[in-house]
Amino acid sequence: MPIFTSAEYMAILLSLKVSVVATLVSLPFGFAAAYLMTFRQFRGKVALDVAVNLPLTLPPVVIGYILLLLLGQKGFIGQHLLQPLGITLIFTWKAAVIATAVVGFPLMVRSIRLGMESVDERLIQAARTLGAGWLDTIVTVIIPLSFRGIVAGAALMFARGLGEFGATIVVAGNIPGVTQTIPLAIYEYTSSPDGDRMALALCLVSVLLSVVVLLLHEYLNRRIAKAD
Amino acid sequence: MELHVTLNKSFGTFSLDMAFTVQGERIGVFGPSGCGKSTLVSLLAGLQQPDSGSISLDGEVLYDSHGGINAPPEQRRIGIVFQRPYLFPHMSVKANLLYGFKRCAAANRTVDFDSLVEVLQIGHLLSRSVHNLSGGEKQRVGIGRTVLSNPRLLLLDEPLSALDDNLKFQIIDYLKAASAAFRIPYIFISHSLLEMRIMTDRVLAVSAGRIAAQATAEELARSQMGRSPIGYINLLRLDKPRRINGVSAYAWGGTELVISTVGDRPEALFELSSKDIILLKQHPDAISARNLLECIVADTFHSGNKVGVELACGDGKLVAEVVPEAARELGIARGSRLFAAIKASAFRRLE
Repeated sequence: MPIFTSAEYMAILLSLKVSVVATLVSLPFGFAAAYLMTFRQFRGKVALDVAVNLPLTLPPVVIGYILLLLLGQKGFIGQHLLQPLGITLIFTWKAAVIATAVVGFPLMVRSIRLGMESVDERLIQAARTLGAGWLDTIVTVIIPLSFRGIVAGAALMFARGLGEFGATIVVAGNIPGVTQTIPLAIYEYTSSPDGDRMALALCLVSVLLSVVVLLLHEYLNRRIAKAD
Repeated sequence: MELHVTLNKSFGTFSLDMAFTVQGERIGVFGPSGCGKSTLVSLLAGLQQPDSGSISLDGEVLYDSHGGINAPPEQRRIGIVFQRPYLFPHMSVKANLLYGFKRCAAANRTVDFDSLVEVLQIGHLLSRSVHNLSGGEKQRVGIGRTVLSNPRLLLLDEPLSALDDNLKFQIIDYLKAASAAFRIPYIFISHSLLEMRIMTDRVLAVSAGRIAAQATAEELARSQMGRSPIGYINLLRLDKPRRINGVSAYAWGGTELVISTVGDRPEALFELSSKDIILLKQHPDAISARNLLECIVADTFHSGNKVGVELACGDGKLVAEVVPEAARELGIARGSRLFAAIKASAFRRLE
């Protein structure tokens, strides 16, 4: 294995950083979306379902382009919200976080939702009639009983984040040391004449990280099952 | 307990439309599956919202569509014991029991943990996981969890229907003991008339989402006798059996009842269907039935196409049924003297 330069180490660290932050930032929103779609009846539920799942069917490049249009200097959010606050997102690692979060969001919501759907509604009703308010019921009944789904959703989002390419390259660019994640670095090496060995080495790192994530997920799953 | 209810709720083609006032500590809601009993439970507990109406419990308005009042379930203090115990699988028995107790305001805590554990005899289960409990133990913990939440009203939503007969009567004893010990009124929901007779004083009969009648459990049992394939069930609590030639003889009403069931318990509850009592005008010379009781007709009533005959046999009472033609031939009227023949095998032990 060749010795990585600092740029490659930066890419590995950035990939991990982007995936971790995207997963942590998405969790409350993913949980809320899954909760609404599982336990609440409201107008526009179908629209929410479609909106949440849309990134699953759209090409990541399209997602990246839409984000660019929204968050860019002339975009609706960029112009009216970010600029007045002095925030620049485009072509920063934060843009990579947003791209990763959007692309992985449907996977996270689906997993959490599956976990929530396995919670017997009678248990929730029992909690309510025993004096627990809805927030109390969420904390003491729904989260513990759908914890496997939440862990699975987080793991999926994290793993998806490590491999995110299309949306990230559009919205964050491919700037070594700033926004270049592992997939972007691999892309760059495969485009250069002497980059094959480095590309392969980064592929191995990518495989290794994915295996570690999957093993960790499996370990947590078993521990939760044992605790149950 | 005084409950005033006016409720409307529609689901597709089914609509629930009820208005009633009940007072008492042991109220029953009786009706066949799908008549709206469980919907009523959900509406009373606040788990579903009615389309319109009002609910007030002991003078406190819990729901009023006109006044815009809709107390959430956690504020109603109406506890539910479900058909299955629905224990929280991620908590120990003790944590399950204390779930509602911890959320109950100190001022409302009249049931204390130790007394409840003693009444339900669940002290040895406290440290166990809920996965290591038998069906009866789970149901006892479920009852305990609800009672410990210190509700002002218990809704017992068919809590016996998933249990076998043996377990059913054990749980009945625990339910009655808990309700009596801590003075919590209850509404008992069931499709079983027998359970209504044992558990309730006043019954709301529900049919197709409407209140069809409000009566005592006894009146309801008599009115249902003519339509029921099992007739009217006489409930006899008998004790101190005497063993004779493979059968048991129990003292009853100043005489003895011979019953073929041989049990090892000193006291037992037996059922005897009104259909299994044969009435005779005169004492026969010989008869295969092991019980021949001399009775006086205390009362008669009509139920469907049958005549119910209330018999006073010494100090004991039984209800038999005959067709009107037989009643005429036997000259059945209040005060008339008859003989009731009952086979020893006609009695069924319930507990």
